[in-house]
Amino acid sequence: MPAAPSGPATSEMIPLTRDLTALRAHAKAMRRHVLRMAEIVGQGYVGQGLGIADVLAAVYFSELRTRPAEPTWPDRDRFVLSIGHYAIGLYAALAEAGIIPVEELSTYGADGSRLEMSAPETTTGVEMTGGSLGHGLTQSVGMALGLRLQGRDARVFNLLSDGECQEGSTWEAALAGAHHQLDHLIALIDCNNQQADGAPSKVMGIEPLHEKWAAFGWHTQRVNGHDFPALLAAFAQIRTTPGKPHAIVVDTLMGRGVKAFEEREKNHFIRVAPEEWSLANRQLEETA
Amino acid sequence: MTGNILTSDAAGAAKTETAPFGHALVRAGETDTRIVGLTADLGKYTDIHVFADKFPTRFFQMGMAEQSLIGAACGLARTGLVPFATTYCVFATRRAYDFIAIGAALGRANVKIIAGLPGLTTGYGGTHQGIEDLALMRSIPGLTVIDPCDAIETAQATAAIAQHDGPVYMRLLRGVVPVTLEADYKFEIGKARLLVDGADVAFISTGLMTTRALEAARTLAASGVKAAVLHVSTLKPFDRAAVAALLARVPRIVTAENHFITGGLASAVADLAVDERLPIHLKRVGIPDVFCESGSLPYLAERYGLTAAHLVSAAQEVLR
Repeated sequence: MPAAPSGPATSEMIPLTRDLTALRAHAKAMRRHVLRMAEIVGQGYVGQGLGIADVLAAVYFSELRTRPAEPTWPDRDRFVLSIGHYAIGLYAALAEAGIIPVEELSTYGADGSRLEMSAPETTTGVEMTGGSLGHGLTQSVGMALGLRLQGRDARVFNLLSDGECQEGSTWEAALAGAHHQLDHLIALIDCNNQQADGAPSKVMGIEPLHEKWAAFGWHTQRVNGHDFPALLAAFAQIRTTPGKPHAIVVDTLMGRGVKAFEEREKNHFIRVAPEEWSLANRQLEETA
Repeated sequence: MTGNILTSDAAGAAKTETAPFGHALVRAGETDTRIVGLTADLGKYTDIHVFADKFPTRFFQMGMAEQSLIGAACGLARTGLVPFATTYCVFATRRAYDFIAIGAALGRANVKIIAGLPGLTTGYGGTHQGIEDLALMRSIPGLTVIDPCDAIETAQATAAIAQHDGPVYMRLLRGVVPVTLEADYKFEIGKARLLVDGADVAFISTGLMTTRALEAARTLAASGVKAAVLHVSTLKPFDRAAVAALLARVPRIVTAENHFITGGLASAVADLAVDERLPIHLKRVGIPDVFCESGSLPYLAERYGLTAAHLVSAAQEVLR
């Protein structure tokens, strides 16, 4: 299990921190990026991008060892996005981390841009093409097996969604992660309680998630995905729990940080009227 | 009956090799430490147990879970390894299609999918006979698709795809496998081989049907008919130059494949003839549009028209 970053590579890596003020500032900056991208295309997965910003800030700036100047560094920690349509959130994190240029965010969703609405792995910093749901954990298991076989001191973080827990392949991979004792594999299950056809409880019930992952042999925790101390405590507990893969169920609120969008949380794909963006930007700045 | 069902296609073959894929993978793995193996509860039945016995730490059992198998193979490839994932054709292509299409092919993962029981090489019925896998795999952009003929080619193709950078689907002849190609045969990805030349009629064949096409050509030769045999073991990328040259020279064509008659080799040949505006007389030999019965391999080959005698009849038909 890797300890805090050390060795000659440190200076080239994203500086990691447990300072709550710094992490909140990263999250705020990422939400600004999300709003800018969403405003340019006039619609999109702004709810998911805002909702996952705190979790991504915690991962990218307190846990993930990567080198912005060397995105294919073989010993990097992997962040694998299963849910391709959360790309807007991932691009915000990649820009904030210096892995892709901030200026490029203005091309999000444009014809010919590599910042497609669903993240393709040809884009710097994107480890896997997600979007066909249920793939991320299967590939993450393979990455974790490969990294361990090669003796690389790297971890694999997979962000999947509550809806993705309806895909059988997620549970095939869950079995494999536990069977192969991949304790450097971390599944973050985003529960925003919203999938394409509505709430999972209405579409196809998935709870109790904590008990399910635990029963599949995973060291499981469930935290509020907007509570930085809780997120950091969960990450800390992972480091002291060997022998099992780790699941963190993170409960999040779609649109978090923009009151108008939080109240519209029942939408998987939010449509926003042109005049609403200034209100959204104002609400974001007013949010603590 | 069970004995027949479990038997390989080697019954009556003059020369055979055991587990040519497994042994070839061990040889490749000895020099290339990037090679790893994995299976979905079919290690013993896909000959990869030979590799697993030799390199236990480089072999991963994924259980009866084909999506997980292919997904994990893609993940292993993304860490720089060269994974060989084995299961049966039916399970790889029917159950894990999206994982091959998106994880392996769209994602350009360097994975090798090795799939057993192609076509009518198992006596089990429609659940186990991979009759449409080539059609499914040919439809995926960027995937290399190979159907080897015998033990020699299986071994050579294993070595070749280990060196090749990109996703590959290869049909597997497992267990005791006949040796029917000449010792000097050289497999190359994407290259068809003219095994016999002849100007009257041409067999274009793939997989184990090439063995039967060679036998049919010998039978025809005895009655004075000169039949060519072009062996196309790589279905994709398709050797358009070699096939087009043959179609232009010998327009009476019989295709032969251990696969559904649509979507495989015959379709590739027909597409090419249309594209190149080559007037040909084509007779397609393959599995008809049905799920096949369970039964012994000789019975199935006879029942569904895949024997050398059927190829001779087809040739005579196009010669009329």
